[in-house]
Amino acid sequence: MPRPMIEVENLGKRYRISVREKEPLTLWESISAPFKAPFSYLRKTLRAPTEAETLWAIRNVSFQVQEGEVLGVLGRNGAGKSTLLKTLARITDPTEGRAIMRGRVGSLLEVGTGFHAELTGRENIYLSGAILGMKKAEIDRKLDEIIAFAEIERFLDMPIKRYSSGMAVRLGFAVAAHLEPEILIVDEVLAVGDASFQRKCLGKMSQVANQGRTVLFVSHNVANMLRLCPRGILLERGQLVGEGAMEAIVKQYMSQVIETRQQIQFNDLSSAPGSDQVRLMGACVVDADGEPAVTVNIEEPIEIHYRYCTLKPNVRFRCAVNFSLHGTMAFTTMEPLEYVHAEPGVYEAHVVIPGNLLAEGDYSLDVSIFTSRGRKVRHLYLTEALGIHVYDPLSGNSARGDYTENYGGLLRPRLNWHKAFLGRDYSVPVALPQPLIEPTTANVSL
Amino acid sequence: MEAQLESLSTHTASSSHTIIIEPARGWSALNLRELWEYRDLLYFMVWRDLKTRYRQTALGPLWILIQPLFSMVLYTIIFGVIAKLPSGGVPYQVFTYCALLPWDVFNDAVNSGSTPLLSNRDLISKVYFPRLVLPLTRIISSLVDFSISFIILIGMLVFYRLSPNWGIVLVPFFLLLAIIFGLGTGLWFAGIIVKYRDFGQISSYLVRFLMYASPVVYSSEIVPKQFYFIYHLNPMANVLEGFRWALLGSPPPDWRMLGISTLLALVLLVSALYNFKRVERSIVDIV
Repeated sequence: MPRPMIEVENLGKRYRISVREKEPLTLWESISAPFKAPFSYLRKTLRAPTEAETLWAIRNVSFQVQEGEVLGVLGRNGAGKSTLLKTLARITDPTEGRAIMRGRVGSLLEVGTGFHAELTGRENIYLSGAILGMKKAEIDRKLDEIIAFAEIERFLDMPIKRYSSGMAVRLGFAVAAHLEPEILIVDEVLAVGDASFQRKCLGKMSQVANQGRTVLFVSHNVANMLRLCPRGILLERGQLVGEGAMEAIVKQYMSQVIETRQQIQFNDLSSAPGSDQVRLMGACVVDADGEPAVTVNIEEPIEIHYRYCTLKPNVRFRCAVNFSLHGTMAFTTMEPLEYVHAEPGVYEAHVVIPGNLLAEGDYSLDVSIFTSRGRKVRHLYLTEALGIHVYDPLSGNSARGDYTENYGGLLRPRLNWHKAFLGRDYSVPVALPQPLIEPTTANVSL
Repeated sequence: MEAQLESLSTHTASSSHTIIIEPARGWSALNLRELWEYRDLLYFMVWRDLKTRYRQTALGPLWILIQPLFSMVLYTIIFGVIAKLPSGGVPYQVFTYCALLPWDVFNDAVNSGSTPLLSNRDLISKVYFPRLVLPLTRIISSLVDFSISFIILIGMLVFYRLSPNWGIVLVPFFLLLAIIFGLGTGLWFAGIIVKYRDFGQISSYLVRFLMYASPVVYSSEIVPKQFYFIYHLNPMANVLEGFRWALLGSPPPDWRMLGISTLLALVLLVSALYNFKRVERSIVDIV
């Protein structure tokens, strides 16, 4: 077994935070405070910080990364991701523990590091390249590639203060993408630029990973993480709380993030949502394996499960669920019939949402049970009770096919397209084209 | 595309670059070799400095000359004309200008410990490189300024018919001593400012004090004999005397005191380098 490229052992970083001074209580205290200030300041800086004055941004973090591995670092804001990266990139010192990096380290914590607005594009390539650790000869060699990647040929000798922000970002990434370290540390930088450039950057990133270089990658974008990193670690309040396959880590992460809930459960029937006829016991989203689905592969079907109990005989109602994306209702699905629940007891209802129907993004699901025929009753309506994150692994089997740029819409059904060559007769057709639709018969039984 | 793939694929991990990241404890090696590996960065930083410093200014590079010339006029009026300080028979303006050039280099070297770290805050919080590159950049830019001002000085010597002696070959050495002393002081300041911010205020007072404790605006002949030894422990006193000796034909510096103060400056610089090495990665948490 070769030695790991990155070995992190009990790494910890403590920051000293300022604690609010106590307010002066008496007139004498408020008069004398400014004169005492230098002394109390000195006393405070000279002694070791107390427990209340310190904040461990990361603590007891240990993990290893093998050569050629791409490790994703997930965690919410303030979980310590940036501190971890800054420590490994040697920007700041750890307070305890240690890390061994077995190779040349390049870090990319920002796009366009060291750019100077007054200098031209070409000059900035050299400056930023040198700051990121490239030699002049290395930059000379890669100059053409960098310019081509950034797509800024025409503006090369213009000061970058005249660049659009998109151009500056492209140039910044292009320089960084041509770094050749053995270990690459990348923060959140893919979140910039337009969709097509992001796509290009992602391509470059996976290319880097495929060449056997070791990459440590931080992003909030779960979809990018799933695409690029087979393995991940999860940080929570500075501690390492998960390590393993990226899919499992993403699930764990999504359950931390409130908006995504794959399951709701009500153990106490008396307080469970519902009416005097029906009470909801729980609802959940599961994938084909019966596992709770938080991050959903766009190609795969999911199931929404309801479990409820009826409190009276012969109650009649139906279950429904609304899917909303970015606050806009995408669609509603409901049971086509209002089923009569003859016996009081526990029931289950479920619906399959086929693969290749939902779009990419975070859907929130409203769960409801209602009666519409006869006396109208809304037994329960839970807004945003469940949430899922749909991502496209870009395998080519989704509605995208091989299209990788921005794709709008609240839904993304994969539909069949047909095409035929009709010859060189340019005249306007007299007859309407022959439809390919096969006639279907309505088959709804009531 | 093919070329790109090729250039990226020829990469094998080497164990020659193992980096151990640990809390800074005690004194670690200076690792000046790493600094040498970053020489291209130093080159580009100096180039950036020179290229951008005077963009969008009305007078442009003329500013390089304005600074010492302005001080020269000011000091000539105050100390030469009004206070009538002796200048050893040399016109007072040349006398003081000749001292101001190395003094400005020294002053920049002192500031190089802290100012560039503050103005490049964005950089040092985003990428690793030996932080010593920043002070060195500042010093090299300062030397470029010096060379331009030095041409003016040569012009003055010609105008006032003053002829330099063989000591002019020692000018680079005197300048180096000013830099060693300045950088040593500046890096010690930087190390202290990292912990106690208000020391930044104190350091500017110390430099101003040192200026009057050095023969910038007066000749060291007026210093009372009982302070002679203490006075000449200050490397800048010997540097300025050396400059005036070599260029203006003033009496030669005290070689013994020059040797002692050079030794002191070297000790200061080496200890400052070690201390700076110890704190350089805490700088980002402070600035």
